[in-house]
Formats: sequence, structure tokens, C-alpha cells
Amino acid sequence: MSHETLAIIWFGLWGLIWTVYFILDGYTLGTGMLFPFITKNRQERNQLQEAVGPFWGGNEVWLITAGGATFAAFPTTYANMFSYLYTPMMLILFALFFRAAGLEFMHKEESPRWQNSWKWSFFGSSVALSFLFGVTFANLYYGLKIGPSGYEGTLLSLLHPYGILGGLLFISLFIVSGSLWIMIKTTGDVADRAYRIARPASVVAAGILAIFFVATSNRTPLFTNFTKLPVLWIIPALAFVASLLTLLFVWQKRIGLAFTNICLTIFSMMATGFIGMFPNMLPSRIADKYSTTLFEAAGSELNLKIMLGVAIVMVPIVIGYQLWSYKLFKEKISKETAKGYQ
Amino acid sequence: MSDVLLLSRFQFAITVFYHFLFVPLTIGLVILVAFMETQYVRTKNPLYRQMADFWGKLFTINFVLGVVTGITMEFQFGTNWSEYSKYMGDIFGSPLAIEALAAFFLESTFMGIWLFGKDKISPKLRAFSMWMVALGTNISALWIITANGFMQNPVGYVLRNGRVELENFWALVTNPYAWHMFVHTVVSCYIVGSFFVMAVSAYHLLRKQHVEFFQKSFKYALIFGLVAATATPFIGHKSASFAAKMQPAKGAALEAVWETQEGLPFHIIQIPDPENERNLVEFLTIPKLGSYFYTHSFDGKVTGFDQIPKDERPNVTIVFYSFRLMVALGLYFLAVVWYGFYLYRKNKLLESKRYLKLVMYSVLLPYIAINAGWTVAEVGRQPWTVYGLMRTAEAVSPISLSQIIFSLVSLVIFYTILLIADVYLMIKYAKKGPYASSDVKGGEVQHVS
Ligand code: HDD
Ligand code: HEM
Ligand code: HEM
Repeated sequence: MSHETLAIIWFGLWGLIWTVYFILDGYTLGTGMLFPFITKNRQERNQLQEAVGPFWGGNEVWLITAGGATFAAFPTTYANMFSYLYTPMMLILFALFFRAAGLEFMHKEESPRWQNSWKWSFFGSSVALSFLFGVTFANLYYGLKIGPSGYEGTLLSLLHPYGILGGLLFISLFIVSGSLWIMIKTTGDVADRAYRIARPASVVAAGILAIFFVATSNRTPLFTNFTKLPVLWIIPALAFVASLLTLLFVWQKRIGLAFTNICLTIFSMMATGFIGMFPNMLPSRIADKYSTTLFEAAGSELNLKIMLGVAIVMVPIVIGYQLWSYKLFKEKISKETAKGYQ
Repeated sequence: MSDVLLLSRFQFAITVFYHFLFVPLTIGLVILVAFMETQYVRTKNPLYRQMADFWGKLFTINFVLGVVTGITMEFQFGTNWSEYSKYMGDIFGSPLAIEALAAFFLESTFMGIWLFGKDKISPKLRAFSMWMVALGTNISALWIITANGFMQNPVGYVLRNGRVELENFWALVTNPYAWHMFVHTVVSCYIVGSFFVMAVSAYHLLRKQHVEFFQKSFKYALIFGLVAATATPFIGHKSASFAAKMQPAKGAALEAVWETQEGLPFHIIQIPDPENERNLVEFLTIPKLGSYFYTHSFDGKVTGFDQIPKDERPNVTIVFYSFRLMVALGLYFLAVVWYGFYLYRKNKLLESKRYLKLVMYSVLLPYIAINAGWTVAEVGRQPWTVYGLMRTAEAVSPISLSQIIFSLVSLVIFYTILLIADVYLMIKYAKKGPYASSDVKGGEVQHVS
């Protein structure tokens, strides 16, 4: 295998790891965003905690893996991406702190003030994370202000309308995903309330996705690769169709299918982005020559080979025991038996 | 030094010390909890399950912050040390990625299974989950130290395309420097875990609460600590002589050796004076022992600072005192565990209030020792970030001063909030004891004589 092929394979894996992360953490982020509004008492909060509790830690590791894989396979991308986007990265970090602590510390003390603070920190950080990731990825599609001396923008230059639209898109997709996950995992009032949110949310999500694609074609060079190789249009089309199917299945109350389709939506939406960026990893809006391409950023051939071997061995094992843990906790959680984080 | 560089170093040091407030307890305590689970499987004595639940709860509170502070570390090489990441990423990134794949998934997934499955899954599966978490934490230590070991002693690389590229993966994973560090670090984490359990147990034993429960906990922690604390001086000594061989400047700083000499004496009390390149005070001198420490021969030759250019020397004061502190504490731990063992054998543990108090108040000392150790290893490596290859000054990201101030201030504030909440919860649950509050009274009544 040539160095170039290896680099391209790693680009694919890189995109895949980010995508898996968003699919998996999406439902926890969504649960976090709904958390204060669809729970009325401690028992119901326990229910939601237990719906995500066994999984979210393992899911978050996909983010750490995405970071690690970027570092290992594309050191220059890792260095540039994280230092160019310094402030948003820090904000993401802080939000990650308070999500974890909010979820796990919330019920470790009886005082209502304590519980309320952590509840809202769980909520706030889930919103912030979804929004920041959306803005970040929209900006990667849009192109960053990278000039001859590196990044020339500020935090505010990321918050153009298209960036904000990306943030809203992530929020809406994750809310749908979260509400469906809650319905799958719980019974009783919370599940009913989640359903009441899932219906309008799936409409909004499909709408924002449509607007986002239109804006993408007007405002960004992302679809150039698709016009070059038209079969690729299948992917964004799939994203759109899956978002409509989600809506349909939500309305028919076929929740398993609806959840599958929202995952598919997130998957093909992310895939659309990565295909559009190829071979850039950090596209420059100023001039193409300042973009960081995967070929420039790739690690050495030996390193890529070894990492590929490691991934081929380890990823199936990881997926294996993660699936097993989902099976172990497949029962629906009822109000009466939920313990949550104690 | 530029302000951005200075503040970036501050930020790195602060965040890594925060991370290492939680990591050692994770690595040490998990072994004890897993062991208790195994005892339950073997004996079916409910006491062991209560033990696993109680210590497991303290473990999980600590674990959250280990995870939270770890993510900062993972991001920080890109945000703050981007030049370093570009130059080093080809070698440095892969241990980090492998760490996530081989260790973090294992830890987090099985942590979730244990935490939420506790009352549902079989005792065997509970024990298995905890052992998987234990395996994960130790593997994670191995890989991160493999990365750090490269920075201490670069191996298996070539300089190509203006950066460090991987040439021999096997050399990277068998780097003897990394293995020295790994063994020393992990075993000292066991000291942290064992002292933690002993200290909390001592608190309750002093109050004569849940005596059977905490006596047993104390016993296991004591045995665990006995092994770890006894091994540490030997392992540490091995680290010292090896580090001195590979990094003469660090070696010279350990004992503040200014002149190269054979038959170096050892001064029990010594005050270095880096300004004038001499020792201000040398007291209680044992001839030739220094050479023995460095070279295993009383007449061995020890490199001093006279052979090391000024701009390649670390901060001698910091390294010297951190090293002394670590070694002194190491010897103190040794004394504490062996004396405890003696009392235990004589069945005098419960009456020895003074000893139990001593143990209780010693709970933070292993944390101090372990971070002093990292200070020796890391400050002793300066001015290099990657020994002999890259200076710290060349590693920093081209970010603006306002960005680093923003992140540094926020990190300190947020970490402090989280630390306060965490310590509060730890103390609350440690004091509460193994049963729900209503049973505690019953428990106390039982033991009031
Ligand atoms: C000797 C051990 C050791 C050392 C030197 C470090 N860590 Fe660590 N780290 C652990 C031992 C550990 C652990 C015991 O495995 C933790 C602590 C609690 C936990 O959940 O896992 C962990 C957690 C942890 C996590 C979260 C994992 C999760 O979500 O499960 C990340 C991303 C890192 N670390 C990354 C780092 C980086 C980039 C370091 C280098 C500067 C570093 N750690 C130093
Ligand atoms: C958890 C244990 C660790 C502690 C307590 C620690 C502590 C420190 C300290 C205090 C410094 C600053 C030295 C100075 O500027 O004078 C430093 C530097 C550094 N360390 Fe570590 N370290 C630890 C582990 C690691 C690991 C595992 C890595 C890499 C994988 C690492 C990478 C670095 C880098 C890149 C620097 C250079 C930046 C700087 O000088 O601030 N450290 N470390
Ligand atoms: C008792 C005698 C001890 C000796 C002679 C000793 C020696 C050393 C030396 C020379 C280093 C620096 C190695 C390097 O830079 O590569 C070191 C590092 C370290 N020490 Fe110790 N140490 C002792 C006890 C302890 C104790 C009691 C702890 C903690 C409970 C501890 C924790 C550490 C850690 C975490 C490091 C950093 C990792 C490493 O470099 O291995 N040490 N020690």
C-alpha cells in the first residue's frame, strides 16, 4: 500500500471516528438538553440518568479517540486545528467538565441548591457542546480564515450565519436523537413527554437540515467534489431522506425505526461534510494554498501502517464489548426501580 | 522568555498536576476494590460486598475528575504546544491513540457496567468488570508513559521532512526509560491507594465504628502498601541511576553535584547554592555513598555541572528539593507500613490511637511524593521538551496572550470549583461509612461498650 493510499484510508477513518462519536454522544447531549424540562422529580431524573449512565463515558472516549487519531495520523492537522480554534476548543473542554460533573454529582447531595446547580450545568453544557461542535464543523465546511501566517480570524469570525446554522443543526438533530433514546430506554411520564418533544423536533430538524444544505451549496465550496463525481450525491440525499423518514416514523410512533433513521441522518450528514472537504482537512477561505491537506498533514508511512493495524485489531474488540454492554442494559427503566447516579 | 511561553508552561503544569491528583488514586484503589469483589465471589461473605460498594463509591467520585482533567491533557498538546505536535506527532500521537483504543474504552465501558449493573449482574461479572477497569487504568499508564518516556529518552526515530518520524516501533515500546518510569509510577500509585484506604479506615477505627469492616479494609490496604512501599526505594533507586546515566544534567541536579568526581560523598543535610555553583551546607556526610547511589560502586565517577554547559542545566533548586522530599517521604511510608504491620501482628492496632491518627493525617503525603517525583522527572529534563532534540521554547503554539490568559484563568477557576465539590463529596461519603445513615446508628450502638 502506498503512503498516499494509507493517508486516504486514514482520512476515511478519521471522518468515521468523528461520525461515530456524534452518533453516540448525540443522544446523551440530547438527553442533557431535555433533562430539566421533561423531569418533574427525583425519580424521573434517576430514570434519565440511568438511560445514559452506563454508556456516556464509553461514548465520550470516541471523542478522545478522534483527538488521538488526529494527532497520530495527521499531526499537522491536530496542531493547526486545535491551535487555530483555540478558544472554541477551550469552551468545548469546559463544557465537557461540567457535563460529566453535572451528571454524576447531581444526586450525591440532598440540598436542592446543589441538585439544581448541577442539573443546570448538565443542561447548559450539553447545549454548549452541541452548538460549539456544530459551529466548528460548519466552519470547516465553510473554510477558515487561514492566511500565510496562520489563522487570522477570531472567535467572532466563526459566528457568521452559516456557522450559527451549523450549531442549530447539531442542536436540533441531537434533541431528536435524545428524545427518541429516552423513549427507547424509559417508560412512563418521561417517555410520554419525550414523545411530545420528538414530534415537533423532528420537523424542525428536517427543516434546518434542508436549509443547511441549501446554504452549503450557496455559501461554501463543499459540493464541488459532488459535482465532479455525481454518484456521491447519494450521500447528502440519504441524509435528507433519512431525516424525513425519522419524521414519518416518529409520527407513526415506530420509535426504533425513527432512532435508526436519525442516526443515519447524522451519519450521512457528517459523511457529506468529509467527502466535500476531501482532500482538505482544514480548508482556507482566503486561498486554497493555505489549506491543510491530508497529504501534507499525514504521518509517516510506518506510523500509519502500525496505527491501521492497531485499529483493525482494537476497534472490533471495543465495538464488541460496547455492544455487549448495551445488551446487558437493554431493559426499559421504570420510575419505580430507577436508581440513577447515587 | 515570552509571556505566552511562560503562561503556557504554567497552564501545562497546573493542569497536569490536577490530573495527577486523581489518577494515582484511580490506579491504586481499583486494585483493592477488584480484590474485594474477588473475595466476595470466593467466600460469599456479604462484608466483602459492602467493602466493594463503599470503596467503589469513593473510587467513582474520584474517577469522574480523572476523566475530566484527562481530556484537557489530550487537547492541550494541540492547543498550546502545536509546534511540538507538528514536530513530534508522528511518534507521540500513536501512544495517545493506542491509549484511547486499548485502555480508555475498557475503563469507561466497564466502569459503566459496574456502576449501573452492581445490583443486577452476578458477583463474578462484578469482579470481572472491576478487574477490567484495573487493567484499563494500568494500560493507560503504560501508554502515556511510553509517550513521556520518548521525551525523556528518544529512541526508534529518524529526523526526516523537518520532523521526528517513526522508524522502529519496537524500540519505542521497549524504551527502557519508559519502563523504569512506568514501574516506578504505578507502584507509587499503589502507595497512594493503600494510604487512602488506611487513612479512611483509621478515621472510623478511632471512633470505633464498623470495626470489623474497617479492620479488614485496613488489613488489605496495609498488605498492599507493605509490598508497594517496600519495593519503591529499590525501584526509585534504579530510576535514579538510570536517569543519571541517560540525562547527566538531571543526574547532577538530583544530588546537586557541582564537580565531577570519583568517590562522591553523600550529605544527609545539604543546601545547594546554584548561584555560586557550590553547596552552602554539607552536613552529616557519609563518604563515597553518593558514588554508590549513582554507579553501584563506591569509587564510581559521577558527572557534575562543571561538564554541563550553563544553558543545558535544569533548575537545580527545584529538582534537588523535590527529589529529597520524595525520597524522605518514601522512607517515611516504609516506616509507617512496617510499624503498622508490627502492630497488626501483635493485635495492637485498635489500641494504638497515636498510630491510627498518624496514618489518618498522612493521607495527603503520598500525593505530595508522587507529584514531587514528576517534578523531578519533568523539571529535571528542562530546558528540553524532548531530550536533546527540542527545547521547550520551540514547542509552544503561536497563540495570542489574551487567549492563554483566558484559558489559564478559566481553567484555574473551573478546576477549583470541581476540586472543591469533589473533595467535599469524598469527605462526606468517607465519613458516612458503609451503610445508609439509618443503619449507621445501629452499627454504632453495637460497638459502644
Ligand atoms: C500514570 C498514569 C497517567 C498519566 C501520567 C497520565 N494519565 Fe491520563 N489518565 C490515567 C492515567 C494517566 C488514568 C488512570 O487512566 C485515568 C484517570 C482516571 C481515569 O478515568 O483514567 C486517566 C484519564 C485520562 C483521560 C480521560 C479518559 C476517559 O475518558 O476515560 C484522558 C483523555 C487522559 N487521561 C489523557 C492524558 C494525557 C494526554 C496525559 C499526558 C500529559 C495523561 N493523561 C497523563
Ligand atoms: C502526570 C504526571 C506529570 C506531571 C505531574 C508533569 C509535570 C510537568 C511539569 C511540572 C512540567 C513543567 C516543567 C517546566 O516547565 O519547568 C512539565 C513539562 C512537560 N511535560 Fe510533563 N508531567 C507529567 C506527565 C507528562 C506526560 C505523561 C507527558 C507526555 C505524554 C508530559 C509532557 C510534558 C511536556 C510536553 C512538557 C513541556 C511543556 C512545559 O515545559 O511546560 N508530561 N510536566
Ligand atoms: C524512596 C526512594 C525514592 C527514590 C530513590 C526515587 C527516585 C526517583 C527518581 C530519580 C525519579 C526521576 C526519574 C526520571 O527523571 O526519570 C523519580 C521519579 C518519580 N517518583 Fe520517585 N523515588 C522514590 C520514592 C518515590 C515515592 C515514595 C513516590 C510516590 C509515592 C515516587 C513517585 C515518583 C513519580 C510519580 C516519578 C515520576 C515518574 C518517573 O520518572 O519515574 N517516588 N523517582
